[in-house]
Amino acid sequence: MTDPRNGAPRTTPIQSATFSNPVNAEIRRAAATGIYDIRGGGAKRKLPHFDDLLFLGASMSRYPLEGYREKCETSVTLGTRFAKTPIQLDIPVTIAGMSFGSLSAPAKEALGRGATLAGTSTTTGDGGMTKEERGHSNKLVYQYLPSRYGMNPDDLRRADAIEIVVGQGAKPGGGGMLLGQKISDRVAEMRNLPKGIDQRSACRHPDWTGPDDLEIKILELREITGWKVPIYIKVGGARPYFDTTLAVKAGADVVVLDGMQGGTAATQDVFIEHVGQPILACIGEAVRALQDLGLHREVQLVVSGGIRSGADVAKAMALGADAVSIGTAALIALGDNDPRWEAEYNALGTTAGAYDDWHEGQDPAGITTQDPELMRRFDPVEGGRRLNNYLRVMTLEAQTIARACGKNHLHNLEPEDLCALTMEAAAMAKIPLAGTDWYPGKPGTSY
Amino acid sequence: MQTLDMAEVALREMNATLHAQAETSNQTTWEILNPKGAHAIACGLDAPIEVTVKGSTGYYCGGMNKQATIHIKGSAGPGVAENMMSGTVVIEGDASQYAGATGHGGLLVIKGNASSRCGISMKGIDIVVHGNIGHMSAFMAQSGTLVVCGDAGEALGDSLYEARLFVRGSVKSLGADCIEKEMRPEHLALLADLLERAGATAKPEEFKRYGSARELYTFKIDNAY
Repeated sequence: MTDPRNGAPRTTPIQSATFSNPVNAEIRRAAATGIYDIRGGGAKRKLPHFDDLLFLGASMSRYPLEGYREKCETSVTLGTRFAKTPIQLDIPVTIAGMSFGSLSAPAKEALGRGATLAGTSTTTGDGGMTKEERGHSNKLVYQYLPSRYGMNPDDLRRADAIEIVVGQGAKPGGGGMLLGQKISDRVAEMRNLPKGIDQRSACRHPDWTGPDDLEIKILELREITGWKVPIYIKVGGARPYFDTTLAVKAGADVVVLDGMQGGTAATQDVFIEHVGQPILACIGEAVRALQDLGLHREVQLVVSGGIRSGADVAKAMALGADAVSIGTAALIALGDNDPRWEAEYNALGTTAGAYDDWHEGQDPAGITTQDPELMRRFDPVEGGRRLNNYLRVMTLEAQTIARACGKNHLHNLEPEDLCALTMEAAAMAKIPLAGTDWYPGKPGTSY
Repeated sequence: MQTLDMAEVALREMNATLHAQAETSNQTTWEILNPKGAHAIACGLDAPIEVTVKGSTGYYCGGMNKQATIHIKGSAGPGVAENMMSGTVVIEGDASQYAGATGHGGLLVIKGNASSRCGISMKGIDIVVHGNIGHMSAFMAQSGTLVVCGDAGEALGDSLYEARLFVRGSVKSLGADCIEKEMRPEHLALLADLLERAGATAKPEEFKRYGSARELYTFKIDNAY
């Protein structure tokens, strides 16, 4: 480039890496509106993740199983510590808690249908248990949340497990909100609030503070349900070693650990992107806590936050998880963010794959909405079929990898089956960097 | 009268016995001896039975109660009658934190004082406190009625929704979006009924009414500061 006036070379324009175009656009948006951005989903920034791990596979020192025929079990039992009737699942991929209110009733029904076909569990959410969801879910986990919207002892006793939600990966330390445009008559009735107002979900439970209180709360829940069903404690990826230790101390049968890639229906973008840890950094710490307590595998660990494929499932389990949970991926399987609705996404100022204004209730796919017209676009039977297909593929993929590592059960995958591609992943997951036997912070090394 | 002595009967056995009572049971009156502050006493009941606890209780006595009438002849620990759906819980003494938290229905009567966060996130329960209540009471209270014959602590009704609050004495401070409101005839009638059912001698005319200004009902940037 030259100056047209005198032909002298010009300085090349350089965009700032710090003040990038998207950053500047957000500054202009904030300056124009005076309001912070609220959106759904989980962290969109690039994070150390399961993609930064690889399986080594079998070779001279490992004996593989035949890829298509030899048995490779996938079942998992959750809640063996105290519950009289633990949950038996055919596959170690469960459906995470998502509320009726944030999702439509047909979408919740589809999650139940798909999970049941695949032999796994689904989970309620803030807003209570719908009859569609209970009716179509063979195994249903009932979330016990700070808001207690729709909470009642009858539904508690109808549940196959209870999940006490202390936090979630998208917003550890934060509550939730459901904006007025999604508060239909039915949603309002279930939450005991007027129609059309913004509903806030508290960030703290109303009747206990701290793990000592929680231990007594769990006693009450077990007394009410006759000690039959497992009690999970769900925490966001904040301080996984101590959170897991305290959850176990409080009496959990199962610890559910959600990394910052885990989605939410609506929270401030600044919260989603800047609070919490990626799930890769959390699993090892939670497993270490369980091992230190001598309870690894006795208290089961379910992890979530960015699980997309059978490879992710296998990697999470190799790191020590007993099962995983999916939310965002399940919604995509149902049809969320599908390019078939591109014209409508464009009309909303976005594009397929980037649509995250779930709180506004205008989802063209009819999933994250309470608009009757949009909801009609979504067929819960077809949605359930698609989710089942997806869960089956994930399971087959995980089995393929496990067999290649010589494992006849997904639970037999182990850290020694993995290597890390980056220093960050090696340090976070405590898995040796590829081509070495070392990871940062490895005991016995000085760095 | 059936007796369950906690010096001899374990908590699990006691609650299981009470849970086994059906609507048609003719064993309608029960007494629990030697509670000695135990937690989760008589929680999850679902039958029109009368249970008298002779002594003080720990956390969550009468939690999630449906239909039953529970008398506590002592004081109650945190979370008494939490998430109650229906029925009645009467405490002769004082109640600790979170009394009646998230309750959906029924009547909770506290003849002494209640500590902080009384009626937090209440969703339809009626609560009558003969004495005073502590700070942050009726926080995010959604519906139902809280009647306080004495004084209220700081931040009463913070982030209140549609619950109705009546206080006879002083209010140390009101929480965000909670304001004093006009007392109309229907409120006096409501108060008179609740005071009578709770065995309180105060007169409805002596109370002030508080409710939501409804300024926090829709998201505004100013609310975030």
